[in-house]
Amino acid sequence: MNQTVSVASTKPWIAGDAPPFVRIHKVSKKFGDFTAVDDVSLDIYKGELFCLLGGSGCGKSTLLRMLAGFETPTDGRIEIDGQDMAGIPPYGRPTNMMFQSYALFPHMTVENNVAYGLRRDGMGRAEAMERVSEMLRMVQLGGFAGRKPHQLSGGQRQRVALARSLIKRPKLLLLDEPLGALDKKLREETQFELIKIQESLGVTFIVVTHDQEEAMTLSTRIGVMNAGEIVQVGEPNEIYEHPSNRFVADFIGSVNMFEGRVTEDEPEYIKIDSAEAGGEIYVGHGVTCTLNQKLWYAVRPEKLRLSRERPAAASNAFPVYVEDVAYMGNSSIFQLKLPTGRYIRAAKPNLSRYDEDGITWHEDVWVSWDDTAGVVLTL
Amino acid sequence: MTDVTPADAPVPMRDADRSTAWRGTAAVLRRVGLDGRSLVIAIPFVWLFVFFLIPFLVVAKLSLSEPAIAIPPYLPIWEWDGLRLILNLNFENFAYLWSDALYVNAYVFSIRVAFVSALFALLIGYPMAYFIARSPEPRRTLLLTLVILPFWTSFLLRVYAWQGFLRSNGVINNFLIWTGIIDTPLVMLQTNFAVYLGIVYTYLPFMILPLYANLVKLEESLLEASSDLGGRPLATFFHVTLPLSTPGIIAGFMLVFIPAIGEFVIPELLGGPDTLMIGRVLWHEFFSNRDWPVASAVAIAMLVVLVVPIMILRAAQAKAEAD
Repeated sequence: MNQTVSVASTKPWIAGDAPPFVRIHKVSKKFGDFTAVDDVSLDIYKGELFCLLGGSGCGKSTLLRMLAGFETPTDGRIEIDGQDMAGIPPYGRPTNMMFQSYALFPHMTVENNVAYGLRRDGMGRAEAMERVSEMLRMVQLGGFAGRKPHQLSGGQRQRVALARSLIKRPKLLLLDEPLGALDKKLREETQFELIKIQESLGVTFIVVTHDQEEAMTLSTRIGVMNAGEIVQVGEPNEIYEHPSNRFVADFIGSVNMFEGRVTEDEPEYIKIDSAEAGGEIYVGHGVTCTLNQKLWYAVRPEKLRLSRERPAAASNAFPVYVEDVAYMGNSSIFQLKLPTGRYIRAAKPNLSRYDEDGITWHEDVWVSWDDTAGVVLTL
Repeated sequence: MTDVTPADAPVPMRDADRSTAWRGTAAVLRRVGLDGRSLVIAIPFVWLFVFFLIPFLVVAKLSLSEPAIAIPPYLPIWEWDGLRLILNLNFENFAYLWSDALYVNAYVFSIRVAFVSALFALLIGYPMAYFIARSPEPRRTLLLTLVILPFWTSFLLRVYAWQGFLRSNGVINNFLIWTGIIDTPLVMLQTNFAVYLGIVYTYLPFMILPLYANLVKLEESLLEASSDLGGRPLATFFHVTLPLSTPGIIAGFMLVFIPAIGEFVIPELLGGPDTLMIGRVLWHEFFSNRDWPVASAVAIAMLVVLVVPIMILRAAQAKAEAD
């Protein structure tokens, strides 16, 4: 098996030879004085499940609505499948959208809701209904064709909305917080269902979400947005383990961040003196920086280890006081206080059901981490 | 200040006494089946009983009596001769309504005028209501105020004002002659056209307001969903907006249609002598002919004519709520 070919076919954004399916080029959207989307450029490839992730008001929904044609960009170009979308109304675009509130037509049955798109394209009733029942079977709503939306549960409505948006076999499906209205359990199940459907139909999905777990689970790549700008695009593990700036590091998951200055800058390692940490942090790889430059060191709670004795081999070790322990079931979160007064967090998986000798409240212990556990951020 | 209570001041009722008194009253009311809730409901019932049902029964009684040259101009429908009750119910008035084509024609014409006017009010009011409902907030309130603004002037004055517009040397004719479009004035006043115009003008707000109340609730996302699924603006209107606004259309239509059937002032002031609407017939029967029983029969028959569309409305609303 040729390794490079398989990488190229599953990760076209790396290979760079396939033309992007959706090309967003320097797109801005202003509402009066407010800039909702600020000079965003983004290439999305065929078959991707791309997540736009960000807090509320970051412009992710506006970007999605521009793709659907509900908003017109103030500046820039949007191309879908090589075609410029400027001036093309929503009903002329090869996209369909699944709305956050589902936007099911309340006066129509499930069947007619799903058939709506086909009927507007002039398909005959009999043929449309055949397609509809097939689609309803796929989303496991076979027996609900004659119901009205208000007679369905939230999860069922969500699936009707999905069926309705997929019935026209769009080249590009836009999903606005598709799982937002579901409870946690249902959301987790539906996430995998969504991926299965996306893979079996080969449709390109662009999902808007504020839920980072959802983004992590679903996507091939994530675009993190903040204040109208795309701050990082990458695969889920890339975003999590190699955040490119402090916003992403802080927004995705939880992180301990130390401000410091470079005291030693060698090709194999650097040392950062951090007043916040109360000592020197050793980073086991070279970083493009200059001596005495101010930067930030970010390390995730699950990368930290706790021990009663100072670990001899650890490259980074600091004494801490256990202020609080939060039991989460699968793991425990330790709230730790450094001698400098800074609080940091460590997560420890609960590997055993009984851990009577475990580190607990009000103990003086050591926190340590490997020299590759953290990331150095200059932005 | 002072804690001396003047001797003649009413002794304040202690809370305990007051609550005992109230509880006693409440207990009595409950015994006859009136608790707090039914008391609240009873108020509109009493109102309707006194101001609707009793007058209605008076009119119903009148419609079954015999006209007479007397004061009042009818004979009583029952007599008590000391031993027996003699009922004298006269259905001749209703038979007369049916036999004289004037009345049937007036009913048919009234229904036609009301229906056509309601239809035009719908055609004019719908786009207005839609536009208001889709307007951003400060403008929306302004437009709604403008719709209601005519109510600040007397209805009678506004209908008279139309006379000024429509008459041969009125504003419209003068303008058209001045611009050279016509050289002899158009006859508009005292025509059926003027009646339609007057009714549509007067009742338009009653069409716009329920439509607005309905359309303003229409979610933008439903229109977007339709557009997204390939619905062009016209298809979106007929498949989404229109069906969802049916309750508003029915309410607005009925609010124009029902009062327009019995309209008297507009046909009297703007219509010609041949504009025979039932309200006008009733007026003349009552005041010119002084035939109270026939006038009452006209009123009762009109009520029956109106009950049918009201029942259709109720059934449609009940169905809409059930869905």
